[in-house]
Amino acid sequence: MKIVKEGAPVADTWTHVGDEAELPDGGAVIVSLARFKAERDALMGRNAPLGLRLASHEPPADVAEDLGRFEVVALEFPVFRDGRGYTHAVQLRQRFAYRGEVRALGDVLWDQIPHMLRCGVDTFEVADDFPLEAFEEARTVFSNHYQPDTTGRRTVFELRHG
Amino acid sequence: MYRYDEFDQAAVDERVVQFRGQVERRLKGQMTEEQFKPLRLMNGLYLQLHAYMLRVAIPYGTLSAAQMRMLAHVARKYDKGYGHFTTRQNIQYNWPRLVDTPDILADLAKVQMHGIQTSGNCIRNVTSDPFAGATADEVEDPRPWCEIIRQWSTFHPEFSYLPRKFKIAVIASEQDRAAIRLHDIGIRIVKDAAGETGFEFWIGGGMGRTPIIAKKIRDFVPKAELLDYATACLRVYNALGRRDNIYKARIKILVHEMGLDKFSALVDEEFARIKGTVALPEAEIARIRAYFAPPELPVLPATSTAFEAKKFEDRAFRDFVRSNVRPHKVPGHAIVSISLKADGIAPGDATAEQMDLVADLAERHSQNEIRVTHEQNLVLPHVRLDDVHDVWQALKAASLGTANIGLVSDIICCPGLDYCDLANARSIPVAEAIQRRFADLERQHAIGGLKIKMSGCINACGHHHVGHIGILGVDKHGQELYQLQLGGSGAEDASLAKLTGAGFPPDRIVDAVETVVETYLGLRDGDDESFLACFRRVGMAPFKAALYEDR
Amino acid sequence: MAMKVFTANRLSDGTVVYIGPGDTWAEVLDHALVAATAEEEAALKTRAEAAVKARLVVGAYAMPVTVENGAIRPASVRERIRAAGPSNRTDLGKQAAI
Repeated sequence: MKIVKEGAPVADTWTHVGDEAELPDGGAVIVSLARFKAERDALMGRNAPLGLRLASHEPPADVAEDLGRFEVVALEFPVFRDGRGYTHAVQLRQRFAYRGEVRALGDVLWDQIPHMLRCGVDTFEVADDFPLEAFEEARTVFSNHYQPDTTGRRTVFELRHG
Repeated sequence: MYRYDEFDQAAVDERVVQFRGQVERRLKGQMTEEQFKPLRLMNGLYLQLHAYMLRVAIPYGTLSAAQMRMLAHVARKYDKGYGHFTTRQNIQYNWPRLVDTPDILADLAKVQMHGIQTSGNCIRNVTSDPFAGATADEVEDPRPWCEIIRQWSTFHPEFSYLPRKFKIAVIASEQDRAAIRLHDIGIRIVKDAAGETGFEFWIGGGMGRTPIIAKKIRDFVPKAELLDYATACLRVYNALGRRDNIYKARIKILVHEMGLDKFSALVDEEFARIKGTVALPEAEIARIRAYFAPPELPVLPATSTAFEAKKFEDRAFRDFVRSNVRPHKVPGHAIVSISLKADGIAPGDATAEQMDLVADLAERHSQNEIRVTHEQNLVLPHVRLDDVHDVWQALKAASLGTANIGLVSDIICCPGLDYCDLANARSIPVAEAIQRRFADLERQHAIGGLKIKMSGCINACGHHHVGHIGILGVDKHGQELYQLQLGGSGAEDASLAKLTGAGFPPDRIVDAVETVVETYLGLRDGDDESFLACFRRVGMAPFKAALYEDR
Repeated sequence: MAMKVFTANRLSDGTVVYIGPGDTWAEVLDHALVAATAEEEAALKTRAEAAVKARLVVGAYAMPVTVENGAIRPASVRERIRAAGPSNRTDLGKQAAI
């Protein structure tokens, strides 16, 4: 897998830790919501960066009070048809004003990247052979958009009136 | 009519470029069919029984003559010389080649048309009243609001992978000519005491396997909040709609299972949080409204001597006027419906030549405007009464002048197993057989208003659940069988049709329909009692008896 | 075992096709290879899967048929319509050429 940010691969400092796996002594880890809830105090006392992984049926509202503790929220897209992650990303950015990294992982497809970027996803965990061209196209495919989104760009409705 | 500015044009042009790239990647093997399918669907491209099928949007059913000519051009150049107008104000081509579809969409973009979001689990083509802007009974023209919704829903980043498709219809009159209560969101434009425009919201209607009539969720959403309220509804649905079972994934099931009150409370919570997010400047509303300014029609005498004389002379014309012509809000004008239900033609089909003729007539007689109805007919919305006879003559010469709007042979019918990959039974041959049985127009006029609606599978594209007489084709052990339902309505008095009983084989279904009609004629309380009114009065029992007891 | 023919739609234009002799895909049902045994069916299935992978066709599957006087007849109404064309328009589809 590789991590892509702003169209280019970046070093991944994060480790996904399964629910049964032992926590490493140090280093940045991403854990599931279940594990976070079960081991909240231990995880927060670790003195290392913490990330949260949300399955597509787990809305950010389930962990609203603690969102500020995570440097990464990783949203799962189990199959490309499951679009709940788009709403979760928007909620993270708009409702909860979450400023950390929002990472998409799972069944992420070329043509979904423009939408994900607009919903507030900023990094992508994709297969090693995933074409970077897709990220380039995502930035240029549509010059404007009709809806407000998390990028804060002005909509067509607004641009038309100065 | 709305005209694209540079932003709108760029959006459809860029979409064509994007789709061309997607088709290339598919042909080069950079995508599987499973990955390609949702992308082609979001551009209206299906793979059906015989070939690909391309569904092109006719947003809120409004077309210019130039657009209609382009539809004819596509039929000739890329297809087999005809198209099929659907129950959702779209047109479908049945034979395009995948490799040609980017070019087709590029041609369509030249006249501000596209296939965007005519399929897929996204917000679909917005539909409306085909008489919008011409009928006297509307509080205002609903189409500016449809256009605003069209733009807002186009490439919506959050709502392109919903649990299931999402259909919105907008009307502005009491009379419902767009079946808003059978939509995921139905909107009726109303005015408050101060004369301010607002929106009555209906939610969770739909047909398919589990037909449900929409529930009213809000009496009045102020116009500045239209898109925020719609966003709140969609957001709750996207987060909570079922994804475990395709047959339970529509918003109607969510609202039904959760209960309207609870659903409504969640929407209200979200709405309160996001109010003001989707900026819809007054100037923008005014800009879009200006495109729909009523055509400058001269106020003429309410009655036309020439028109009355022709009616007096010609009984066939009188019939045409009775069924196909409706009053216009400007005196001396009329709304003329063009029937796409001529004998022997699949309901909703039109040839390229017919499309060209309608374009010509629209230019000459209807302010360059054409409408497409959810009942699969066309409309010339602004015709001078003085011209109606000439228009009819021209239509008649092209097999477009059938005087049957709203009558027995004006059947809504899906393509069925003759074209559709999902169908279980044929529907077109049954529709044609019913049309033949009731070919006598005099008899049809004597029977009066009667809406027959037929689907070739449970997905209900032919709206059988809301037919006065509904017919559903099913497959029973490899044989086609037709179930009969009675008493449905998709209009303001919406109701769901009830099953009569056991289904009928292909060679008995037309007899069964005729039995129902004859039973009604025997029971009706005077010539003015419609089939639906009669059925609602007497109930199912006499029809059941006539259909089954002597078998 | 019921006799079977493998069918699909061609990727580039959607045309209904059937596995034929050699490495051909036939546009006409009568030119299709009929599998009468499990081995024959398995061989056709391998060819069908390879053609899907090679992006020649989409959605390949086996359909039951009967053979009478050398003519192949699909068992289902659906496949009879696919093999011929829309039943309301005999001027369209494969039947138009016959």
